[in-house]
Amino acid sequence: MAERCTDNATTPEEEKFLDATKLGRRDFLTALGVTAAGYLTGCSAESREAFFAKRFLELSPSELDLRLKRLRDSAAVKYGATVDVSATPAQPGVLFGYALDLSRCVGCRRCVYACVKENNQSRDPQIQWIRVLEMEKEKGIDLEHANPYYNPDTVPDPEHFYLPVSCQQCRTPQCTQVCPVGATWQEPDGIVVIDYDWCIGCRCCMSACPYGARHFNWSEPTISPEEVNPKMHALGNRMRPRGVVEKCTFCVQRVREGLYPACVEICPVGARKFGNLLDPEGEVSRVLRDKRVFVLKAELKTDPKFFYFYGL
Amino acid sequence: MRSNNLLITAVRLLLRGGKAYWTWIAILTTLIIWGVMAYVDQLTDGLIVTNMRDQVSWAFYIGNFTFLVGVAAAAVVLVIPAYVYHWKPIKEIAILGEILAISAIIMCLLFVVVDMGHPERAWHLIPGVGHMNFPKSMLAWDVLVLTLYLTLNSFIVGHILYRGIQGRAYNSSLIVPLVLFSIPAAVGIHTVTAFLYAGLPGRPYWNASILAPRFICSAFCSGPAIMLILFQILQRTTNIAIKEEAISKVAELMAYAMFINLFLLGAEVFKEYYSATEHLVHLQYLFNGLGNQRALVPFGWASVICGIAAFLIFLFPQTRRNVVTLNLGCLLIYASVYIEKGMGLVIPAFTPDVLGEVYVYIPTFHELRIGAGIFSIGFLVFTLLCKVAVPILTGEFANAARPLTQGTAAS
Repeated sequence: MAERCTDNATTPEEEKFLDATKLGRRDFLTALGVTAAGYLTGCSAESREAFFAKRFLELSPSELDLRLKRLRDSAAVKYGATVDVSATPAQPGVLFGYALDLSRCVGCRRCVYACVKENNQSRDPQIQWIRVLEMEKEKGIDLEHANPYYNPDTVPDPEHFYLPVSCQQCRTPQCTQVCPVGATWQEPDGIVVIDYDWCIGCRCCMSACPYGARHFNWSEPTISPEEVNPKMHALGNRMRPRGVVEKCTFCVQRVREGLYPACVEICPVGARKFGNLLDPEGEVSRVLRDKRVFVLKAELKTDPKFFYFYGL
Repeated sequence: MRSNNLLITAVRLLLRGGKAYWTWIAILTTLIIWGVMAYVDQLTDGLIVTNMRDQVSWAFYIGNFTFLVGVAAAAVVLVIPAYVYHWKPIKEIAILGEILAISAIIMCLLFVVVDMGHPERAWHLIPGVGHMNFPKSMLAWDVLVLTLYLTLNSFIVGHILYRGIQGRAYNSSLIVPLVLFSIPAAVGIHTVTAFLYAGLPGRPYWNASILAPRFICSAFCSGPAIMLILFQILQRTTNIAIKEEAISKVAELMAYAMFINLFLLGAEVFKEYYSATEHLVHLQYLFNGLGNQRALVPFGWASVICGIAAFLIFLFPQTRRNVVTLNLGCLLIYASVYIEKGMGLVIPAFTPDVLGEVYVYIPTFHELRIGAGIFSIGFLVFTLLCKVAVPILTGEFANAARPLTQGTAAS
């Protein structure tokens, strides 16, 4: 199990594509050098922004514009993709919540792949924000006997049930308080986000997270240009650099525009519910009222906004 | 006048050395270059060159960091009696303990840097320029106290050596308060490092109040163990005279520390195995293995057995006075604590991971090379500082410089 993900055989096509990203990195380094030289001689505001990136929360409106422009440009240089990066802020009166019906989930992992696609997760090495655990019916929810690598011909397997786990979007997140540089925080609408330009890659947050929701870019993330989802958010599914932590953001680029997260939309059995907890008629509020819900690892007092229930 | 140009004097002292000295320097330099080359690979390809993954997201680097914080903190074992009680034999060697602390802290900081995904963003930690999440983040605290401790020890050592080169005694009204302050600072660095782990409720293997006391006790074993061996090397290779009494006293302190360390480990083992809750699984990975996954089991037991054997050696005056058994005890303690505070502390906490997955972590060759490089840097710093300090301590330098003056820095 200690094998490296990169040991996987690559097809010629992938090889070509990997070469392309390597070139991209070289270009990037050259750009960095040019930036440094440019800075000393008085250069453009945009390259200065790349070199001395400020914390996202401290950006002025004009600096934010520059940041978004740089993210668009670097996606074009590195991935050859024309993208749109927004920074839509949280809307007042909104607190996002999630509910998952364990009696419906069949363990098909369509949510996992929809999430990878929507959120531009690295294809090699693979990063997946949702982990579906196969549980033995006899044992109930027992993480010690969970199997994330199940692979039967058909799901659901009669002996098992399935528990998908992603970021629980805790109200009292332990990951944000341990970050030494304040690169991760909870937004007013309850979404825990990461500033990928500020993260130093110390991985304290990964040690702190009780749900394994945080993932590290151990090498340069790779994704072919035609697979890039061009609709991006600066704190969500924008392209990530190597050496930073990333995680589920409830599809911040979608939900702040009034759309469902990709995993909710794709779920073939309707096991996933999403809504505004402050709206009494919201989808999740109704689940909380009509069903009996529980949260994972309640004893840790993380107070998740991600609820599980048995709907049937 | 030599004293007019301190830097030249120091360099002159560094360049004086026999074949053994230059061989040693050459070996260290080679290892450093070898490690730097591995680090260049890591910078090029990312931390993928390590075997750390999302399941085991801290490993060899952070384990070594933790161990070395203990070594640095343990300088205090020698400093307390030396400065506070003006106890002669130890006082001569206390400065060497401080030099060891400096070397250890440098290694600590390097191990943190090589573990970072974005070392070039380290400036984000600087308050004012970047944004330090203080006081919430324990790592922020750790960076603060480590920097403070390094500055403090560097200043103390720097001042004593500076005065020594000039042939004057150190300014005790300046140094004694600073040394007194370094005592809580030493306890502080290790406590804060323990809190870095103990404060994470999602990791039950670490989330125990006994962790900080265990850290302090094991540090009080491993730090002096390294010192005792280094003292004997210095005794052979230089003119420095370290009294039998001092070594024996340090060994006695280590016996007590090891006893408390083993007692606290026993308390932990009892609580976990007797109550046998879901938290037991991590300790089982260390001592019993999980199914076929037994990678850490030999190390877990080796640590305990070495610890007990060393405790017995240091407990009896006959064996702790005998050079052979004394050195054996030091090696056993070093091995015991290196496993316990390194891999034994970090890996089981992640195995199984928070969702129950067992990922068997074994360091890659790259990690070992980078580790060897950092240890070589530490040894090089220690060697070079000692090279300057020892002639000053022995009075050899002052006597050679001006035969008629009495002043030696350390007395």
